[in-house]
Amino acid sequence: MSGPTQTYNLTAHELSDLLGERKISARELLDSVWGRITELEEHLHSYILLTRELAEQQADEVDRGRARGEQLPRLAGIPIGLKDIYCTRGVETTCGSRILAGFVPPYDAHVIARCREHGLVFLGKTNMDEFAMGSSTENSSRGVTCNPWDLARVPGGSSGGSAAAVAASEAIVAMGTDTGGSVRQPASFCGVVGLKPTYGRISRYGVIAFASSLDQVGPITKDVQDCALMLNVLAGHDPRDSTSINQPVPDYTAALRPDAKGLRIGLVKEFMEYQGVGVDREVGQAVRAAVARCQELGAECDEVSLPHLNYSIPVYYIIAPAEASSNLARYDGVQYGHRTRERVTDIIEMYRKTRDEGFGAEVKRRIMLGTYTLSAGYYDAYYLKAGQVRTLIRRDFDRAFERFDLLVGPVSPSVAFRVGEKVDDPVAMYLSDVCTIPANLGGLPGMSIPCGFSADGLPIGLHLVGKPLGEETMLRAAYAYEQSTNFHRRLARPIELSDGRRRAVARA
Amino acid sequence: MRLTPEEVEHVALLARLELTEEERERFTTQLNSILEHFEQLRQLDTTGVPAMSHAVAISNVFRDDAPEPSLSREQALGNSPDQASNCFRVPRVIE
Repeated sequence: MSGPTQTYNLTAHELSDLLGERKISARELLDSVWGRITELEEHLHSYILLTRELAEQQADEVDRGRARGEQLPRLAGIPIGLKDIYCTRGVETTCGSRILAGFVPPYDAHVIARCREHGLVFLGKTNMDEFAMGSSTENSSRGVTCNPWDLARVPGGSSGGSAAAVAASEAIVAMGTDTGGSVRQPASFCGVVGLKPTYGRISRYGVIAFASSLDQVGPITKDVQDCALMLNVLAGHDPRDSTSINQPVPDYTAALRPDAKGLRIGLVKEFMEYQGVGVDREVGQAVRAAVARCQELGAECDEVSLPHLNYSIPVYYIIAPAEASSNLARYDGVQYGHRTRERVTDIIEMYRKTRDEGFGAEVKRRIMLGTYTLSAGYYDAYYLKAGQVRTLIRRDFDRAFERFDLLVGPVSPSVAFRVGEKVDDPVAMYLSDVCTIPANLGGLPGMSIPCGFSADGLPIGLHLVGKPLGEETMLRAAYAYEQSTNFHRRLARPIELSDGRRRAVARA
Repeated sequence: MRLTPEEVEHVALLARLELTEEERERFTTQLNSILEHFEQLRQLDTTGVPAMSHAVAISNVFRDDAPEPSLSREQALGNSPDQASNCFRVPRVIE
């Protein structure tokens, strides 16, 4: 029976202590998590590919190092799930797309190399919306991932596999990426912690590109302390990413203090209500209760309006597809990935058939949209205009940060929705990112932490947005709030759910 | 501004995508509903506002022009769907 004492249910910092005290070996920890994966994968499908052999080698390496008395990094031996967007040397990397089926990168993404150096143990590649385009993980070419809190619901997206894996303890920590909310929204839907850092804080080298001015790497973890530990591993300058920020990296765990004294926190009106439409009642209530709690912890809280956030969705859905249409031009069936097997008469026909077979509907839709808005005659009306409004959004943030250290609101207007509910209505799907997109447009750090549950038992996330390079302030407030609650300790029970479902089906 | 199926077909050619009849119809409807959603940006006066293309003010990041190790030929070709004589092979480009 699963319970809080099961090894796989512990956090990375708890397990790191046990590993350091030799109360458990990295191999025993891996076996525990592997047992959980074996038990749950048929119900959840968090992973696209499992790398057990590699994980065993890495775990044994950590155990040998410790036996030799070596001083190991803090997260050495911790099992991690990797979104299938990271180029991983020797491991098939598909980005959830048919067009990259069989692609085995000859090099590691910067963050993958960092994880290897720190002794993390690679469980496998987690499921995602194809090329990170989606909010539900339903756009994967490898099938849908289920939400561990309710198997009929989506885990969010695009890093849905990573969030589901951590929520169900099929991984202790995981990596996602966030272009418009793809770390924070699934973290919120699955009741775990997700952080998108300041643009440039973590190198994008080796991360398969979607929209380069918005994409950021981010960890998904069981609590705020684990999140700070992961950020310590990932953050820092990398000359191979020309947008990488060359600033010293603090020890993020030093920021974790159990009070919020003196922090000025602004509840953003446009996060609670986009273009006059309010978020779901239970979500709004949970967020307001969280703000009240922050006040009790010593923060000064007030409401603030950032009027141009009401234009976030059109701005994002012009900029991101435009950048994507350019980034995805590289998938041409020549250097890697899928090429059509049909007979073709010229190279253009080869490109078109290859891309038609290789890309799914949402990816095609966005390539089409981006190609159109960048095409002759429309550039000024769309891309240029969106860039100008992006400036106005960033100015709204700058003005708000003169008064506040942190901005807060919900992560998503609703709790996890049902599989299939929005898949045929692109605009409705796009609106589920309304609260998370502004931080990407502004290049600002953002975070999701659990702040309650709906009457149906589905997790609700509190969204924090910080100043540029304000990760420490964000983590401090998140930690203070989290430590005053028990939401992060509640465990998803997917097996009981699936048993219940089976019984219900048997009865019917 | 309403996109016609013919314009959608033209965009598909520019994007090097091949659409079935059914996809062309569906994309025409869906792209029009998305473009309609974009119309609200017209309400905003952005005269004189510079366009933001990036979140951080970094420009012209250079490194020394010195050779560094790179992928071997075998690695670079290792994932190609078709190759010959140590090159990527593609359908005829020049008549």
